Amino acid sequence: MPSGSPHHRWTLVSRVMVGVLSLLALGGVVVALASFAYGRSAARQAFDPLLVGAAQDIAESISISDGAPVIDLPVSAFGLLSLAPDDRIFYAIHGPDGALLTGYDGQDLPERSGNPAQTRYRDGAMQGDAARFVTVSRLFSERAYSGRVFVTVGQTMQARRAMALDLTRRALLLTALGGIALIVSAFVVIRSAMRPLAVLTRDLMHRDPYDLTPMQAGGPAEVTIMVGAMNRFMGRLDRQVGAMKNLISDTAHQLRTPVAAIRAQAELALEDEAQRPQRLDRLVLRTRSLGTLLDQMLSRALVIHRIDNAAPTPIDLRDIALTVLDSRDHELLAPGKDVQLQIGEDAVMALADEISLTEAVRNMLGNALRHGTAPVVVGVSVDGDIAAIWVQDTGPGPPDAVRAALGQRFERTAASKGNSAGLGLSIVAAVARAFDGQMIMANVPGGFRVSLTLPLKQQDTP
Amino acid sequence: MIRAIALSLLLSSAAHAQEAVSTYAAPGAAVTTPLVVRSTTDTEIFAPLLDAFVTAHPGIALTYEQWGSNALYAAALRACDGGGDAQPDAVISSGVHQIVDLVNRACARPYTSGRTLALPEARRWRNEVWGITAEAAVTIYNKDLVPDVDVPRTRFDLLDLLRRKPESYRGKIATYDIEASGLGYLFAFMDSQQATTFGGLLEGFARVDAVATCCSAEIISSVESGKFLIAYNVLGSYLDVMANGRVGVIYPQDYTLVLSRAYMIPKSAPHPEGAALLLDFILSPAGQTILRRNRLVQSAEPDQTVLQDSIQRTIPIAPTLLVAMDQARRRIFVGNWRAIFGEAY
Repeated sequence: MPSGSPHHRWTLVSRVMVGVLSLLALGGVVVALASFAYGRSAARQAFDPLLVGAAQDIAESISISDGAPVIDLPVSAFGLLSLAPDDRIFYAIHGPDGALLTGYDGQDLPERSGNPAQTRYRDGAMQGDAARFVTVSRLFSERAYSGRVFVTVGQTMQARRAMALDLTRRALLLTALGGIALIVSAFVVIRSAMRPLAVLTRDLMHRDPYDLTPMQAGGPAEVTIMVGAMNRFMGRLDRQVGAMKNLISDTAHQLRTPVAAIRAQAELALEDEAQRPQRLDRLVLRTRSLGTLLDQMLSRALVIHRIDNAAPTPIDLRDIALTVLDSRDHELLAPGKDVQLQIGEDAVMALADEISLTEAVRNMLGNALRHGTAPVVVGVSVDGDIAAIWVQDTGPGPPDAVRAALGQRFERTAASKGNSAGLGLSIVAAVARAFDGQMIMANVPGGFRVSLTLPLKQQDTP
Repeated sequence: MIRAIALSLLLSSAAHAQEAVSTYAAPGAAVTTPLVVRSTTDTEIFAPLLDAFVTAHPGIALTYEQWGSNALYAAALRACDGGGDAQPDAVISSGVHQIVDLVNRACARPYTSGRTLALPEARRWRNEVWGITAEAAVTIYNKDLVPDVDVPRTRFDLLDLLRRKPESYRGKIATYDIEASGLGYLFAFMDSQQATTFGGLLEGFARVDAVATCCSAEIISSVESGKFLIAYNVLGSYLDVMANGRVGVIYPQDYTLVLSRAYMIPKSAPHPEGAALLLDFILSPAGQTILRRNRLVQSAEPDQTVLQDSIQRTIPIAPTLLVAMDQARRRIFVGNWRAIFGEAY
């Protein structure tokens, strides 16, 4: 496993932490804006009633005497306004005709439209400072004086601003504390959630590059899936490495004897003039046998590679039989021997790899031609939910002792005498195993049959 | 009967509103900053303080103008609206309500320092007006002419005395004219806030034809001369400067009003930093010591048993004083004042 360069690549934890931090920062900005808006509205709710109270206090102090309003301005109203200790105060009392009865000049009366009895609020300015104004009215219905007297009270906004800022500051302080707590706990939670990954990373970093044994698949589902996938991959790698080793060792093992034999025959032919034609015949026989052996070993390597790498596809077994016969290999292998085909009208489908299967059948046919008795029949049949492709000759088949050992990789019968590598049936057996099938050898009426059975794939009815 | 003794200067045009001008400068110093202080206080009372100030700050030449409080207020208001000429750098007034009103109209310039912030809340507002003194409003009497049994320790005593011996004191009681003097109005207004005795007191004054007149110094010298026997609500700070042994002082034991003169730096001040220097000097331990020596700061010290903490009613420098400035309220107040004595005119 490559160790990578984790130092200048971001870890998952830092990625997630950066995400969490940006979210929190965004949240902080939102909270700051919201709490300032809240602070302003809270200050308004806290201080507007003071203005209204003062205005109503003043309105209550108005009495009518001799047909004219008399305003005995109450100190309590100003005491109320002094609760915002550093704010300047405006007040004005206007009569029904809009004339200033007492108080400060210079502020316009609010518009008289709408219900005049309603308390009116207004934002304005006093000598350049932002200020808030409230106007209440009091209706007089005396014989000598009737109409509405308007009391306007205003105040600058220092205390409101201070309160809004204070609320904002408190909210931000709380938010900041909460944010820090969140960051710390998020860090802890994320770290613990990521621990299986960290363990996996550490395992991988410390793993021997040639170690293909499965890894511990603990932790959450995502990690298990990942480890499973990796284990499957390593398993395949392991099998292929094993196959390669087998191939090499087989090749070394099996080539050594025939090559030694060929060299011995050639040397004898050189030394002994009298027996030379006979030796040359032997030499040709040995060379041909070596060729077959090589074919079979390559074929087996191919099959093993295929069945580990190619996904099974639906195959019509009749196509395989036809392909094998069409290649006319048997005419080269056993000239003059009769080979027949026995297939039905209907397709016989099974899940397998076409190349591997073709290779297996080719080996079955080769065996029959080499060891059996002509005529040889290649056939496809269905028995229940079992599909079978088989090769049958009219001979009695191999002896029982040989038959039991057939299909093993290293099997090379004494009877074959170097003419067979004994690999043919082992290929068939490997293919059958790979696709959930079986290799069956049996004496049947009229001869000996080797079958490769596979689960029948029911054809989709359109 | 009330006889209003109006000071002609006070009623003349604003250009000649100042009653007296004096200058203070350290001898032989090169003057870099001229500083104009406009005040309602007699220059002699502040002289020691101002001498000490120019000695401590030799670069400053201080011009001290003495004004009547109403004229001073009117001029400051005009300056605030952009009118008038020759703006002062600092304003000191006993008409505290008038200065509070100026501040409320945004006519003042804010200033903060460790010393201004050390003032109690009741002696500053918005960092634009500061109470620099603590002067009691006292009752004085002529020791030779008022028998001991008649000396009024409280307002109730005074009321009883006026009921008991109206003839002895007819025309011999003096107090401020609330129309002519801003301070007189302020004291009367505060009295009306403090207790119901005020109404009775006014009636008593009317019964003995008390005299409403102007100016502390004048009242004190009249008591000393025996022209008046008792004067009500006189600033105690004037006594040590003005009076001698013939004048007795009473801190009314029901309550004693304490005035803190207001100091303001107008928005239009040409040398506000000089005015700030003066303010800090006044509030400094040295300045306060001088003021205490001149009885401009009267405190309930152990040896001054006459003025106790519990009876002090400091006039707070706060927006509640705006009520005293209200035209309608003033009309009613002066109306009542007149209604009681009206037929006497």
